[in-house]
Amino acid sequence: MAKEKDVIHSRIWSEEPEADNPFAAARCFCAGYDVYGEVIHKASWIEYVYLMFRGERPESAQAKQFERLAIALANPGPRDHSVRAAMNGGVGGSTSAACLMAALGVGAGQFGGAHEVALAMYCWEQCAQDLAQWRECLQSPPSGALGEFWPDLEHAPGFDPYGQSCPTPVLQTLELLAAGKPSTRLRWLSEHREELEADADGPLAMTGVAAAALADLEFSIEQGEMVFLLLRLPGAAAHALEQRKFGWRRYPFFSDGLHLSNDPGPTTTAKTENEHETEA
Amino acid sequence: MKPKPEHTTQRLKTLLHCEDNLETDLGAWFPGERVVFRGKDLFSELNDLPWMSLLLYGITGRLINSKQNRLFESIWALCVSYPDPRLWNNRVAALAGTARSTGALGVAAATAVTEAKIYGGQANFGAIEFVKHALNSYQRDPGNFANFVNDELKTKRVIPGFGRPIVANDERIPPLMRVVTELGYQDEPHLNLVFEVERILLEGRKRMRMNITGLAAALAADQGLTTQEYSAYLIHAFGAGIVPCYLNAVETTAGSFFPLRCDRIQYEGQETRKWA
Repeated sequence: MAKEKDVIHSRIWSEEPEADNPFAAARCFCAGYDVYGEVIHKASWIEYVYLMFRGERPESAQAKQFERLAIALANPGPRDHSVRAAMNGGVGGSTSAACLMAALGVGAGQFGGAHEVALAMYCWEQCAQDLAQWRECLQSPPSGALGEFWPDLEHAPGFDPYGQSCPTPVLQTLELLAAGKPSTRLRWLSEHREELEADADGPLAMTGVAAAALADLEFSIEQGEMVFLLLRLPGAAAHALEQRKFGWRRYPFFSDGLHLSNDPGPTTTAKTENEHETEA
Repeated sequence: MKPKPEHTTQRLKTLLHCEDNLETDLGAWFPGERVVFRGKDLFSELNDLPWMSLLLYGITGRLINSKQNRLFESIWALCVSYPDPRLWNNRVAALAGTARSTGALGVAAATAVTEAKIYGGQANFGAIEFVKHALNSYQRDPGNFANFVNDELKTKRVIPGFGRPIVANDERIPPLMRVVTELGYQDEPHLNLVFEVERILLEGRKRMRMNITGLAAALAADQGLTTQEYSAYLIHAFGAGIVPCYLNAVETTAGSFFPLRCDRIQYEGQETRKWA
C-alpha cells in the first residue's frame, strides 16, 4: 500500500485548487470565510488579522479596540531599540528583510519588547485583578516563567525602570483604550496604576498597556507576543527606508562615545607598519 | 506616580551616565590603525588564532589551547551540521534558496530558528543546566543519585540531553567519543556523570539513551564553560549544514523545493460560512 503523503494540518486555512493546476489555489478560506470572494470586500485589515489569530470575527467594538492598539504600537519612534536596529540595516544598505529581521530580533526582547509583553500577560494570567498578587509579581518579577533560556528579568514587566512619571502617550493610550471595549483589565489598570507603579518601582510603560489590551482582546500569551511583534513593524520599516536615503554619514556613530578600559595601545608591529606607511 | 526627588535622580542616573558613553573592556576599532579585542591587539597578539579560538576568546575572555580548539571544533563539525534540508532549521535556508532570497537572509533566519525547544538552542541550554545541576547533586549525595535522576524524570517528564525524537540511539556519540579519547578528555567529572545518568535511565521504564546534546554539554562543562558561554558558543554551530542547504536550493529550479499541492493542506477548522 502506498504511504500517505505528509500534509499540513490547519484550522485556519483551506484551499480549493484551480482545475488546471493542483499547485494554484482558486479559492482560499480563512476560518471558513472565502478570503478573495468575500472577506476582501467586507472586512477591514484589522478584522481579518483578528480572525486569523482567534478563529472568529471580532465584534465591532473589539475591532475598533484592536485597531487603536495597532495605531498606538505601529511606530515606537527612531529612538526605540527595535527601530534603531532596523535603521542600522537601512544606513548600511542592507536588504529590506534584514531591516525587519533586525527589528524583530531586537524588538523580541524583555526590555521594552515582545517578551516583556508576554511576561506582563503572564502576570495578568497569574494575578487577575488582585492587588496583593500583583504586588508580589511586580516586586519579584517572574524571570524565566516563559522559558528559562531568556536572560534574567531585571524589572517588573510592563513598567519602565528608568521612568520618572508615566509618559503622556502611554497615559493617552491607556485612557482611550480603557474607555473602549473590551477593557476589563485596562480599566482596572487605569484605576490602580499608581499603586502598581509604586510596587513596580517605575511608571507604566506602553508594553504594560499593550499586555492589558491584548489580554482583554482574549489573545493568549503566545498570540499576544506575536501580535505585538507584528504591529510594531510598520515604523521600523518606514524609518529603515528613511535612513537608507539619509545614509550612514548622517546617522549617529558615537565616534567619541566608546571608552576602552583595557587598551594595550599601539603594539610594536602596528607602530612599525604605520611608520612604513608614513615613510611611503 | 509622584516620584520622590532622590529616587528621581537614581532612576535617571544610569541613562544620563551612559549617554554618549559606553565604557567597555570588550574591544574597539581604531580606524586605519588597529583593533583591540578583549585587551589584546588583534593583528599582533591574536593573529595566529584559529577562528574557533578567537570565537571562544570573544565569548569567555579566555584563550584555549590547541586540544580544546580541536574538541570545540569537533563538536560543531560532527554533531550539528547535517546538510539535510528536511531538518527544520536547514529547511528554512532551503526555502530561502528556492524562494530566491539571499544567503544571509536564509542563513540568519535558519540560525534564529535553531534556538528551538526540541533541538538546538533551548535544548542545549537545558542540557548544560541539567549536567551542572546533576554534578552538584552527585557531589552532595552520590548514594542518592539514581533517585535524583528518576525524580527529575518524574517531575519534569524529560531530561534534557537524554532521549531523542525519531530514533533512540544517537549516531554522533561514537565519532565524538573517539575524538574525546584521542584528546584525553575521556575521564572528566561531567562526562563520567552523563554516562552514569544514561545507565540509570536505561534501567528505567522509558529506557532512554543519552543524545549528543547531553554529551556535548558535559564536555563543555568539563572545559569550564558557563551556561551562557555554552549557549553563545553554539549559536553558529549549525552553520556548516545550513549554508549548503541554501546554496543547493538556490542552484536548483526556483520553487522546486518540496512543492505542495493545495490538497496537502488538511483543513480541520470551521465549515464554510458567510461573512455578512
